Amino acid sequence: MRGVCTRSGSLSAADFYASAIYFSQRWNETNSDFPNWVWIPCSRLGAISEDEGYLVLEKIKLQTERNDSNLELNNCDSCANDELTDEATLVDVHSHDAHLYDLHIAYSFTYKVPVLYFRGYKSDGCHLSLDEIKEELPSHSVEILQKSKWTFMTQEEHPYLNTPWYTLHPCGTGDWMKLLLSSTSYGDKASLIQYLPAWLSVIGQTVGLRVPLELYSPS
Amino acid sequence: MEEEATKYIWEGAIPLQIKLHESEITSFPPPPPLMILGLRIGYLPLLVPPLKAHFSSTLPPGTDNVWFDYKGLPLKWYIPTGVLFDLLCAEPERPWNLTVHFRGSPGDVLTPCEGEESVKWSYINSLKEAAYVINGNCKNVMNMSQADQYDLWQSLLKGNMEGYLKISSRLKLGPFGEDSLPSEASETVASSRPSRIPVRLYVRSVGEEIVDIEDAPIIDSWDKISYINRPFEIYKEEGGYVSLKQALKSLLPETFNTNSSQEESSTNVKDPNAPDFEDDNAKLRLVRVQGIEPDMDIPFFWLANCLRNPEFYLHICVFISKQPKLR
Repeated sequence: MRGVCTRSGSLSAADFYASAIYFSQRWNETNSDFPNWVWIPCSRLGAISEDEGYLVLEKIKLQTERNDSNLELNNCDSCANDELTDEATLVDVHSHDAHLYDLHIAYSFTYKVPVLYFRGYKSDGCHLSLDEIKEELPSHSVEILQKSKWTFMTQEEHPYLNTPWYTLHPCGTGDWMKLLLSSTSYGDKASLIQYLPAWLSVIGQTVGLRVPLELYSPS
Repeated sequence: MEEEATKYIWEGAIPLQIKLHESEITSFPPPPPLMILGLRIGYLPLLVPPLKAHFSSTLPPGTDNVWFDYKGLPLKWYIPTGVLFDLLCAEPERPWNLTVHFRGSPGDVLTPCEGEESVKWSYINSLKEAAYVINGNCKNVMNMSQADQYDLWQSLLKGNMEGYLKISSRLKLGPFGEDSLPSEASETVASSRPSRIPVRLYVRSVGEEIVDIEDAPIIDSWDKISYINRPFEIYKEEGGYVSLKQALKSLLPETFNTNSSQEESSTNVKDPNAPDFEDDNAKLRLVRVQGIEPDMDIPFFWLANCLRNPEFYLHICVFISKQPKLR
């Protein structure tokens, strides 16, 4: 059932699906450097759902303190070094050491909002602990997480995969989305399709995911 | 009647026989298993103190990282003990034989449990979620004083029903269905919210060829179980009476939708007298709530009020069989 709930900051499952498809299309159009977001339909007891599922973006590098400082370190090295450096080797060392992340966006039927689930890996495939992830988040996001009563990170079971993932708790999402949407000039219908890009513009900051500005202009 | 039901829920317990995993036994002869009652509304990690006392002399050195398994399946510690039993033992096993481990929790499969605090956090979180489902916000739970939260949790730990109800009744989270009766003559747009009941469904698929549910094979992976954490919603206009059968159908739409190749038959949707799901993709084999197999025509709201857990969630275990599709 479609519901216009932007006044409450939440959205129906059907609208989540519509916004997710729209968002992934716009992302793929405006962000060719990044892998695509993919919609994974929920498969339950052999029946594949038409409109229930989740978005995935996997094995990506986030804009973390660590990755940024690695970049600076490499630049300094090459400045100090007069010899021609092997570019390929430098790049390999940098990306070999990089931490990769999987991001999933699923719908919460309880809170009627999207929820972010994420995992980080070292280059050898080992999972990152929550402390290790927090160490590399942009510093302002750690501040937000510590001070805000609206978002906090916990470890919970993924709603569709039977494994533990880190998540930003959704209980406050409706409140800040209400504020965010009320500040736009979109009419209700337009707000709904733009829900996910709007939501990600905030959530993305807490995990260092940059959302290209072009995504927000109509296609 | 509902008071009696609440008492029944609180007094329900599963006789457990818990042995220590053989890799952690360092003494000879090996220690006997511990026989202990697990409250249906409780959680396995809360049994760690007596288990630790019983097994500590034989444990290898190291830090504790407690987890349980049933026939090799690591058990999700945040699911109430009674639900685990109803779901995983198609044929109720008495006592229920479990294995406890104090080392090496499978972190890639199980969310880590750091003892009582983890369970308490998970519990309060569920209570918050239930409050959100029922009221549209969780202010009443968030605003509980530290003392109340502490007393509530201690009451649950000790199976103290009176102590628990004294505090939980102040949260004004029930009974379900009361607000589905219009209290004012005029209803504004904003108040035509549906009534929502917190429900957690655990669905197992059993082969058609299994005649007796009790012969269903042992679950060896959580991938064989569908967990659906979704509120049951009903709009006031739809009328007061919803049966358990109808509620399950609405919570599992893809499972019970008729084949789209069949003609639109509206009779299957709302007719409580329709035969059991015969035209649907799946057949309900067994439904268990608090160890009871309720009649499918029972009013759903009444069932939820009587058999819900203390955190206001109704946990339902469902066994289904797929119908062979004719194309």
